[in-house]
Amino acid sequence: MKVAVKVRLKKSILDPQGKTVHNALLHLGFHDIKDVRIGKLIELTIDDSKSRDEVLQMVEEASHSLLANPVIEDFEIEVEEEDQ
Amino acid sequence: MKSAVIVFPGSNCDHDMFYALQVMGMDVEFVWHKEKRLDNYDLVVLPGGFSYGDYLRAGAIARFSPIMPAIVEFARNGGAVLGICNGFQVLVESHLLPGALLRNEGLRFRCQWVYLKVENSNTIFTSQAPNTRPLKIPIAHGEGRYFIDEAGLQQLIRNQQIVFRYANAENEVVASANPNGSLYNIAGIINENGNVLGMMPHPERAIELLLGSDDGRYIFESLIASSKEKKNVHSVVDG
Repeated sequence: MKVAVKVRLKKSILDPQGKTVHNALLHLGFHDIKDVRIGKLIELTIDDSKSRDEVLQMVEEASHSLLANPVIEDFEIEVEEEDQ
Repeated sequence: MKSAVIVFPGSNCDHDMFYALQVMGMDVEFVWHKEKRLDNYDLVVLPGGFSYGDYLRAGAIARFSPIMPAIVEFARNGGAVLGICNGFQVLVESHLLPGALLRNEGLRFRCQWVYLKVENSNTIFTSQAPNTRPLKIPIAHGEGRYFIDEAGLQQLIRNQQIVFRYANAENEVVASANPNGSLYNIAGIINENGNVLGMMPHPERAIELLLGSDDGRYIFESLIASSKEKKNVHSVVDG
C-alpha cells in the first residue's frame, strides 16, 4: 500500500520560503498567485500484509512522533494506492 | 568537573566545545551518539552542527539516537544539560525544552556577533554573568527562529524560563537586534527545573579576547561555580 503524508506549517506560522518563492513568481508575471506556502510530501510504501485500518493507525503514530512536529506543523494522511 | 560532549553524525562544533571546556579547566570526554550510557558526568553538552544533515527538521532525527534516552534520564535526574545551536534544536525536538526552532525569517544563514541580554541570572548557567551589560557572543545558524504558542510564551515568562534575549549593545531588547525573527527576541531558554538550557548563540566561540570576546566564559564559570556548590552541599550531607 502507498500512503502519502502531507506536512504543512500551521497557518499562524510565517513561511519565509513560501514568501520568497511568491516574490519570484510575481517577478515572472504570475500576478494572479496571491500567496505561496511550502510544505512536505512524504511517501510511504507499506507492507502488504496490513489492513487499511492498521496502516492508517501506524502512519498516524509515525507522523506524530517523527514526520511532523505538532508544535509548528499539521499533517494529513492520504492512501494513494491500495493493494489488490 | 567532568563533562561530556555528545557527537552526532554531522556535529561540527564538538571540537570547539571540547577545547572551550578544557580551557575552562573541566575534564572533557567525547561521547559517540551510539553509546547508551552516561557515567558520572556533571555536565552534558549537545554541540552545534548539522546532525543527520538537518534532514526532515533540524534535530528531528538526532532525537532518536541511541544516546538520547540516557540524556533524557540524566536531565530528569537533575543533571546539567547544555544545548548549543543544533543542540538546542535537538532539545526542543526531544521535548526536554518547549517550543520549536524554525527557518530564519530572512531565510539567510546568519553568522555574526550578537548581544544577549541576560534575562535571568538566577540559574546554574548564568549566575556569574554581569547584569549591567549584555554578553557578546556569535551566532551561526539558518534555523534559529524560536516559536511557541501564546500560552507557552506566557508560561515561559511567568516561570522566568527565558534566559537570553537578542539585544543591542546598550542591553536594550529591540526588534532591530533580532537576527532571525525569534518570538520575543528569544535566544535561549531553560526548562522548568532549571537544569536544561538551550541557546542558539555559541559561547564556546567566545572564550578568548583575541577572537573578539570572552563573554562565553561566564556560562562555563557559572556551571563550574554551581558544581562546586553542589559538591560542598553533598560533602556536608555526607559528613
